[in-house]
Amino acid sequence: MNKIFEKGGKLYWLHSTVDAFETFLHVPGTVTRKGAHVRDAVDLKRIMIIAVIAAVPAALFGMWNTGYQHALATGADPRFWADLWFGFLKVLPLFIVSYVVGLAIEFASAQIRGEEVNEGYLVSGFFIPLIVPVDVPLWMLAVAVAFAVIFGKEVFGGTGMNIWNPALLTRAFLFFSYPNSMSGSETWIALRKGETLVDGATGATPLSFIGDGMDALTNSGAQYGTGFWDMFIGIVPGSVGETSVIAILLGAIILLWTGVASWRIMLSTVLGALFVGGLAQLCGGTDVPCLYHLVMGGFAFGAVFMATDPVTSAQTDCGKWIYGFFIGAVCVIIRLFNPGYAEGMMLAILLGNTFAPLIDYYVTDRHIARRNKVVKAA
Amino acid sequence: MSNSINLKKGLDIPLAGVPDLAVKRTVLPDIVAVQPSDFKGLNPRLLVREGDKVLAGSPVLADKKNPDILVTSPVSGTVKEVVRGDKRKLLAVLVKADEEQEYLDFSVRKGDLTAEVVKDTLLKSGLWAAFIQRPYGIVADPSAAPKAVFVSAFSTAPLAADTEFTLASEVSLLQAGVSALAKLAPVHVSVKSADSAFAKFSDATVHVVKGKHPAGNVGVQIAAVSPIRKDETVLTISLALLAAVGRLFTTGRYDVRRTVAVGGPATNGPAYINTLPGIPMTSLKEYYVHPEGVRIISGDVLTGRNAGEAGYLGFYDTQVTLLKEGTEPELLGWARPFRFNQYSADHTYFNWCLGLMDKERDMDTNLHGGPRAFVMPDSYYAKYLPMDIYPLYLVKACLADDIDNMEKYGIYEVLPEDFALIEFMDPSKNYVQDIIANGIDLMLKEMA
Repeated sequence: MNKIFEKGGKLYWLHSTVDAFETFLHVPGTVTRKGAHVRDAVDLKRIMIIAVIAAVPAALFGMWNTGYQHALATGADPRFWADLWFGFLKVLPLFIVSYVVGLAIEFASAQIRGEEVNEGYLVSGFFIPLIVPVDVPLWMLAVAVAFAVIFGKEVFGGTGMNIWNPALLTRAFLFFSYPNSMSGSETWIALRKGETLVDGATGATPLSFIGDGMDALTNSGAQYGTGFWDMFIGIVPGSVGETSVIAILLGAIILLWTGVASWRIMLSTVLGALFVGGLAQLCGGTDVPCLYHLVMGGFAFGAVFMATDPVTSAQTDCGKWIYGFFIGAVCVIIRLFNPGYAEGMMLAILLGNTFAPLIDYYVTDRHIARRNKVVKAA
Repeated sequence: MSNSINLKKGLDIPLAGVPDLAVKRTVLPDIVAVQPSDFKGLNPRLLVREGDKVLAGSPVLADKKNPDILVTSPVSGTVKEVVRGDKRKLLAVLVKADEEQEYLDFSVRKGDLTAEVVKDTLLKSGLWAAFIQRPYGIVADPSAAPKAVFVSAFSTAPLAADTEFTLASEVSLLQAGVSALAKLAPVHVSVKSADSAFAKFSDATVHVVKGKHPAGNVGVQIAAVSPIRKDETVLTISLALLAAVGRLFTTGRYDVRRTVAVGGPATNGPAYINTLPGIPMTSLKEYYVHPEGVRIISGDVLTGRNAGEAGYLGFYDTQVTLLKEGTEPELLGWARPFRFNQYSADHTYFNWCLGLMDKERDMDTNLHGGPRAFVMPDSYYAKYLPMDIYPLYLVKACLADDIDNMEKYGIYEVLPEDFALIEFMDPSKNYVQDIIANGIDLMLKEMA
């Protein structure tokens, strides 16, 4: 690094930023000072980039699907490359806003704290465009990102110290501050200026029918298919990256294969959803088969990418089972018993984040009690 | 009788430069250093002056708080220099060795071996300092009544000296040491396989401990056999120093000779040598080409001390590791799909599925990243600590100076060395061993 950026130099206030770009290009020649003289080659940049790569299939599918849904709703002929291009142009600004606003705050906070820039936002910034409606106004997104990064992360001390998942906090902020832009039938399908939906077309997502049962879903008369496999493939409206379970499963395979995300959380989230969904079905609370919950709305994306955030999820193996099950169960409870707001995954995960330290507290407490008992017996 | 313990957690780091089991030579230099910093918890009082004659076994240092604890000279000769640092801190006492070695006589009759006599002889000879007490990893307090004595008969650390090679010929001495220590407390010896040369000791309980590093760490073995709780103390001693204890009670001499492994990627010809603790690293010149850009470590790469060319072999160390300094930046390091030249046990690099995990690596001292807050969860780190402990919770309790939680999460059972692998793997590049050491220092201060 040039001397001018070092402590005492004229441009020291840019120190963290320069360092961030420099270490982005190459691993620096820093050596260990003490303790373990050799270190594993893995660092957070590597772990984070794997999480981003895992979300790429969902992002690409989301772009194409944005164009495809636009074509369906406006009565145009779906054409693959045209749809992809349309979606790319719609989604790209979301990425730009998310990264520019979030990274600017991240760089500034790192400089204020005198630390290196943490790469955590590379992941959050990639996930945020995937979990918002495609037509969200960009200024709203900017405000929401700023809120989430400042009040959700930096005030706690940056990546690693935050309580809630910053990406979900962005979405929650949008949802509660600008409900009109986050629900209803206008937001889920991108339209050009002056375009309108063709007669009979709806902008509602399959999830918004679910409160009224299977009949409402199958007889919705939507221009897109509302069958299980339609939702599994993802050719339905929804947040940009959340619709395709296939694309998300590809990501899940990458995350689990590289060990970046916890299989315990993913599996227990699914089990929790199936448990409550199945119970409600058995008791006659709903006629929606419990499997539908896994393919609708943000469940899959949340279970794979959001609930497994290493910072905000449970830390202990046993805690992870409880945490995941809790999220899956709460998500389906919200979906079934709160007709006003069908998407339960966001709030379920944020609630899970809130309780994760408590869950871990009891897990470690039980562990300590058991250890002490062994001593007394010995 | 032996008990079998299988540890599933851990990791063997395939560092290049394993010494050949056959090469052996004797390095007896003319200067030997006694370094107070080797002995944790010792507050040294100097007992000699420059120009004094000493014999092997003559006291050089005593503990200010507990004057019975002595550190003695490993050779006979003349005190050449007392090296002091800032604020006159005592750094080392250099002894110029005589051609002919003379030993003080500490011999006791075999029939007289009682707990009192054993402890007394160990204290007088200076070999008491060979015992490290747990908790806290300090030189053992002679007044404490230990619950047990633990000996690890093998080391799993990278490039560690193979005890089956270095000490196989001294089994009878080791047995004498075990029998003497059995007077103090029950002795537990851990060996790596049932057909080990050390699996047949009498007067001791032998445990067969199988697993990857840190299975050879005595702390891990204690945790598996009989975990340390509050108000308990356990003594530990390395196998090389146990041989010295055996020699003391057989010949009456303070003789800490040992076979030391010199290895590592920066060695030109890794080898075993017979030598003494306190030898200057310059006497190992033939094992490296240039001292520039080479880190000379007394001990293993995970827990050793960066001695430098001007340093000396530590009292407890049985290996010297030579590493290249990793000061070269690596272009696009973390962003490459594959990084065949670097070692990573993490699955985000694909060495593990390409069968490259055991390939010996020319590792250097590069940190491979920048310091960050802890991001990965406790379970990520727990894979590298085969103890009934949540490592990250303990680390965070130490960071927060939270004594209650340190106690709850198991600070009594661990030493920094047990967290060395966690430090090695940490993608956030924290100095985890340092954090634990600070926690232990705080405990020592508060408990005193």
